[in-house]
This record gives sequence, C-alpha cells and structure tokens, in this order.
Amino acid sequence: MPVAASSSLSRAALVAAEADRREIRGRWLLASPALLIILFAAIGPLFIVLLFSFLTPADYGGIVWKPSGHAWFQVLFQKDIFDDTTTFADAHLSILWRSVKLSLLTTIMALAFGFPTAYFIATRPEKMRDIWLFLITIPFWTNLLIRTFAVQEVIRNEGIINTVLIKLGLISSPIQIMFTDVAIMLGMLYVYLPLMVLPLYASMEKLDFRLVEAGYDLYANRFQVLRRVIVPLVKPGIIAGSILVFIPSLGAYVTPRVLGGGKNMMLGNLIELQFGQGRNWPLGAALSITLMAIVMVALMVYVRYAAGSSENRHG
Amino acid sequence: MANASAGKVRAVFGQADAQKQSRTNFSIKRQTGFGVIALFCFFLLYLPIATLVVYSFNAGPSIAIWEGFSWRWYVAAWNNNQIVEASTRSFIIASFAAIVSTIAATMAALATTRTRPYRGLNFIYGFINQPLMVPEIVTGIALLIFFAMVKIWTGYTGLAYLIIAHTAFCIPFAYLPIRARLENMDLTLERAAADLYATPWMAFRRVTLPLLWPGIIAGLMLAFVVSLDDVVITELVKSGGQDTLPTYMLGQLRRVVTPEINAISSVFLLISIVIVTLFFFLNRKRT
Repeated sequence: MPVAASSSLSRAALVAAEADRREIRGRWLLASPALLIILFAAIGPLFIVLLFSFLTPADYGGIVWKPSGHAWFQVLFQKDIFDDTTTFADAHLSILWRSVKLSLLTTIMALAFGFPTAYFIATRPEKMRDIWLFLITIPFWTNLLIRTFAVQEVIRNEGIINTVLIKLGLISSPIQIMFTDVAIMLGMLYVYLPLMVLPLYASMEKLDFRLVEAGYDLYANRFQVLRRVIVPLVKPGIIAGSILVFIPSLGAYVTPRVLGGGKNMMLGNLIELQFGQGRNWPLGAALSITLMAIVMVALMVYVRYAAGSSENRHG
Repeated sequence: MANASAGKVRAVFGQADAQKQSRTNFSIKRQTGFGVIALFCFFLLYLPIATLVVYSFNAGPSIAIWEGFSWRWYVAAWNNNQIVEASTRSFIIASFAAIVSTIAATMAALATTRTRPYRGLNFIYGFINQPLMVPEIVTGIALLIFFAMVKIWTGYTGLAYLIIAHTAFCIPFAYLPIRARLENMDLTLERAAADLYATPWMAFRRVTLPLLWPGIIAGLMLAFVVSLDDVVITELVKSGGQDTLPTYMLGQLRRVVTPEINAISSVFLLISIVIVTLFFFLNRKRT
C-alpha cells in the first residue's frame, strides 16, 4: 500500500474530523432522552392542537375527521341561528379583552410594587440580601392553588380586610371583592409578584452606584436620578420581569377559576370550557393557538427590546 | 463592588468627605419611600399565608370565626381516605417524575456544557426550555387531546400518562441548577483522571459525578416541588379517580370550605418550605 506524505496528512485531518463528529453524535445521544420526553409530552401534542383547530367538532366532545375553518371563525364571530347574519362573538371578545386588560394591570401593579422591593433588596448589605431574596422565593415555590386560596381567605366578605375595616368603623357592610375582576387581579398580583422581583433584582445587583453618585454630583435630585440613571440601567430587568408576569397572567386558569367564580372568565377558563361542558374541541384548540400567538408576540417584543437595550449598552 | 470602590475613593480623598457624608446623612442608595413599599410588600406576601396557617388550628368549623386552638382538622384530614389516597398519588407521581426528569436533565446538561458551540446546541437549549414558554393551559389541553387518542389505541388508562406529562415539564427545572453547577466546575480534575488512564466512564463515576452531586440533588428537589405543585396540567390529563392532592383541593374549593383544607395546605406549605430551604443552603455552600 503506497502511502504518500500528503495523503497521510489528509488522513490525519479525516481522523480528527471523524473524532469530532463522533463526539457531537455522543452529545446528541446524551441529550436525546430529555429531547424525546419533551417532544412526546410537550411539543409534539401542540401540533395536534393546531391540526384539531381545523377539524369539525363531534356531538359529545372529540372531533370528526372532516376539515373545517369554522372553529377559527367562531373565535371572533358568530352566526345568528335564525337569520344567518354574522356578528362579533361578544362573549369571546369580552373574555379576550378581560384577559389582556387584567394581565396588563397585573404587570403594571407588579412593577409598582416589585421595583421598590427589588431595589430595597439590592441596596441591603451583601450578607442580608440572600435572606431577603429567600423570603421572596419561598412563596414562589409554594403551591399556586394554596396561595390563591390564601388570598381568598383575606379578601372574602368574612376575611381579614373586611373584618378590620368594619371593626374600625370605616365601612358598615363588607365590600364585595370576591368574584370580581379586582379579585382576579389581586390574586394574580400576589401569585406572580416574585416573578417580577427576581429578574429586577438580578439587574439591580449589577447596578454601578458610581453612576448614581455622578448623577447627584451633577445636581440631580433623587427622582431625576431614579428616572434618568437607575431606570435606564435596569431596563433589561424591567422588561424581563414584565414579560415573566404578563405571560402566565394571560394564560392564568386557577386564579380566575377560584377568585373570579363562574362569570368572570379569562382565556384559560374559556379554553378549558370547550373541553368540558362546551364540547367544542376545535374551538378550544383554535383559542389555544390564539393564546400561544399572543404569547409569541410578547416574547418577540421581549427579544427585540432586550437585544436593543444590550446594543445600546455597548454603544 | 461599587460599594468597595466608592469606599476606596473616599479613603483616598481623606476624612473631610466622610465627615460631610455623616453630617448630612446623605446616602446615594436611598430612594424615598422604597423601603416602606418593600416592607409593605413583604407583609402582604406573608399575610395570606399566615392567615391560612392560623385558621388550620381553629377549633370551630369556620375559616372566618376563631374559636380556639385545636389539632382537630389535622386529625380529620389524616382520617380522610380521599386525602390520604390523593397525597399518596401525588408523592408517587412526583417521585417518578423527579427521578426520571433529573436523569434526563443531567445527561442533557452534560451534553450542552463545557463544549465548543456545535450545530444544534441552541436548538437543544430551546427544546429543553420550551415547557417554560408555553402557557400551562395550552400544554394541558394538548396532552388531553393526545392522551385521549393514545388511550383509545392502547386501552391503558393508568398513572403513566400523568407521570410522563409531569416528567416533561420538570425537565427544565431540573436542568437549570445542574447546568449551572457544571459550568462552574473546572475541567482540570477530569483531565488529570484521563492522564492517569481512567476510562471515560471511570472518570465520570469517580470525578465528575461526585462534584456534580449537589447540582443533581438541587435539580431533583426543584423537579419534585414543581411536580407536587402542579394543578392545571394534572387537572386536564387525569382520568377519573386519579386526583392528586392539588386537584382534590381544587374540587373541594367549590363546596363549603372547612379548616380541613387549611390543614392540608399548611402541611403542603411546610413540605415545600423545607425542600426550598434545603435547596437554598445547598446552593449557598457552592459560592
């Protein structure tokens, strides 16, 4: 077998490339159990949802394998049974509007409470910060349903708020908070607040206070320093926190079900209804895809802004 | 960091500056009212939880009127078959889901750290974190539809569906601490092992795994808590008679609520707090 110098060189390169390929193959193999489980029980089924949104509902739940765009039509419109006129589906629109409105309000409130809290933690002595953070994390890792139930105990007619207000003589009969939009918003605020505080804290921890000092040296007052120095510097945290609160609020199911009662539904409850009493699986599927689409838009806005603000930093 | 350098600057420019600071008591870090809001916030975070726990000890049947201290409702919950069954089911599902997802996540973390970027690396990241991006209700109904089909094909209606569903959404939670741990570990010891003729498997068993262990335990605990807490996906995926503790409670909240629910919640809270505290100290030791 004649072996030329050049061919042995290229053979060495080939062997190296082969080893490389084998290593990458090994890595894919290692990752495969996780990927397969998620494909099987999280991502794959989403495609079935997309498919089902284009099929015809069966009479008692489930579907008939007959293509139809009717579910998508039903998301926004309805046909009158008698004269066949098309009108907007008011019930769906009002639920959609409530979901967006309450999620936005929750996000704003969470920012209003979360920003000072994160700032407070970030300005504690270094050893104390872990303890304060721990206090924020504990409610976060406890059961969502239990926390919602705990909120219910506080805001119900016989709950602490009303009892205290009556004892103080400020009101004579309890304020009805349960089963209103306010209850849902308070519940979501309570449940998702840690999701706002944690990313805000992460970016405030890195805040360079020499810049704050420079602001004061240039005769800025506290509010100006806050608005012109601190807020722009922690903007990535503000955006991350807002997204982390907005997305789960939009898809909330447990909180509106427990605190809102049957009448004040949000998108999550409307979706579930189609698979329960509604027996309209394709409509439920179409509504799910709609919810996913709104979430995707929010995430894209986040990526765009997060990328934008990190570019500004370098520039 | 910023503090230290500010201190240095002050030291260099002498006492005058420091005296001025203490006289006017001007802290550059202070923002008016933030401390009050923050403390109010902590108060609000713990008020509902505290109320819940206090009323679990109520002697009376109401969750609003206090009638004295008693363990009555804990005993009642302990003797309630439905609650015992649901708790057992919750623990079985959470144990399986936590173990399987941690093993899968450990392998995935080994595959995605300490490497040159290769094609598909970002794809794997995205894939693993996907369950965190999609609203639970959407994953829930997707699994409801999919498993409804599988149930018809196979005729099997056992707990495996819930275990698989839980495993999938636990993977990202188990993955994050393990990956963080791996990224902080240095490669020197493993290289040394390889130099001493250890096979890759031996190097992994004797060097990598012992170093990685705290990360794996942390991942396991997070996955366990996340699985134990799940309501939405379980509620949609479960077949008849497969209530876990959270879905049982969700069902009960529709009826007249007695402090029994408070008692279960308090025990549940205690378990979560113990696990999270362990996790906290495990993570703290590392740094």
